[in-house]
Amino acid sequence: MEIVNITKSYDANFVRQVEDESGQIMSQCYQCGNCTAGCPYTFVYDQPVNQIMRLVQAGQKETVLKSKSLWLCATCESCTTRCPNNIDVAHIMDVLRHMARRNGYSPVPTVKSFWDSFLSSVENNGRAFEIGLLVSYIAKTGRFWTDLDLGPKILPKGKMHFTPPNMQGKEEVKKIFNRFREESRK
Amino acid sequence: MSDSLTYAYYPGCSGTGTSIEYDMSTRAICAELGITLTDIPDWSCCGSTPAHTVDHTLSSALSARNLALVEKMDLDTAITPCPSCLTNLKTATHRMEKDVFREKVNNLLDTPYQGGVATKSVLQILVEDMGVKALKDKTVKPLKGLKVAAYYGCIMNRPPEVMNFDDPEHPMAMDNILTALGATVLPFPLKVECCGASFGIPRKDIVMNLSGKLLDAAKDIGADALATACPLCQMNLDLRQDQINSSGGTNYDIPVFYYTQLIGLALGLSEKKLGIDKLCVSPRKVINAIGRDEAS
Ligand code: SF4
Ligand code: SF4
Repeated sequence: MEIVNITKSYDANFVRQVEDESGQIMSQCYQCGNCTAGCPYTFVYDQPVNQIMRLVQAGQKETVLKSKSLWLCATCESCTTRCPNNIDVAHIMDVLRHMARRNGYSPVPTVKSFWDSFLSSVENNGRAFEIGLLVSYIAKTGRFWTDLDLGPKILPKGKMHFTPPNMQGKEEVKKIFNRFREESRK
Repeated sequence: MSDSLTYAYYPGCSGTGTSIEYDMSTRAICAELGITLTDIPDWSCCGSTPAHTVDHTLSSALSARNLALVEKMDLDTAITPCPSCLTNLKTATHRMEKDVFREKVNNLLDTPYQGGVATKSVLQILVEDMGVKALKDKTVKPLKGLKVAAYYGCIMNRPPEVMNFDDPEHPMAMDNILTALGATVLPFPLKVECCGASFGIPRKDIVMNLSGKLLDAAKDIGADALATACPLCQMNLDLRQDQINSSGGTNYDIPVFYYTQLIGLALGLSEKKLGIDKLCVSPRKVINAIGRDEAS
């Protein structure tokens, strides 16, 4: 981990905001490392999860919000389940992702594009439409589908639909997204 | 709990597509066991992981729309086979106990949700409402000789305050059911480890690594098959098993059943009804060996 000069860069507002949005008290973390020990994703993280916790305590807003770890956390709930101080660590990771989004950071663009494609599929169809989602993901990332080998395995099983699901109340679902956007603008 | 086991049923998006055999086998065993499932009319997606990574109010609203529909059905319990849907339904229920949050969520909905619905997994009602003994009594084809590892995935039981079922580190519901049905359930050390979740498309390397470890452990303990309770886990382990083999230089050939399919086989239901033909890694050898004398 790089050395940070906390006297210069401590952002008290950031710490408060994370606590407000997550309902967790950051100072309760005493850096035992249990969360990291159980986190299956440490091998792809730039900052292990206990270091994220430490960096939040130290008010290191930019370093935290730029971190790739936020986008690679699968919300597997292992950290939350095992924290001896009952800190809902996975919830904090979620809240940090929300803040990263709002601040325009997306250091793992493929993951963000995948999630965004999924949500627009839900917004438009009321339910997730897998093939539509893939097409939109490919369009967003410009990456060709790297799973071509799976086609022959899955297509004959009749598990993928080529037309969107037919859901009557899909306008209602669209309205949820629209109202959410209006509320967030306030 | 009423004597007639009747529930509002939430199939979830994958249940109509990539995990159709989970949905088929769930419906088939429930019918056989006298459990009535009434589909939530016009249910919508719970938002899965992507919604809660954007915003908690949005995520809960997507779940709450469905819970409000259940309230209209006059049923008190909604059940789903999918742990990811379950997490969203349960988390929404949990957070909406707070008035301020409930109001924020209801502001996004056409029909507000009052908060009167209990949410459970199909697995939970099988062990708690039906009971392992009742399942055992209905067994016509014991799973004798089948050595299986029960894999729960990461979120079926965690965090315990929200999921409120079984043990967060050593869940036993599937182990107990499969044992009662006559299978040999092996102690599986990774029963709640993450399989790589939905990273298969954006970061395949993660799934290759994490699901690879699960297959490795299953092989190590001598499992003939895995039993799963989650559509994503099943897909990562079964559909991607060849990819895992190529990336890790392995040659696993381990069928990955939904636990409901195994229950169905023990109840004597046809393979067709259970969607056995939808599995990618062929379970033929394993199924044929069930019930055979060990010595032969
Ligand atoms: S497990 Fe809890 S107390 Fe320990 S380092 Fe992680 S967040 Fe801090
Ligand atoms: S929830 Fe995220 S940070 Fe916590 S253990 Fe799981 S992957 Fe790691």
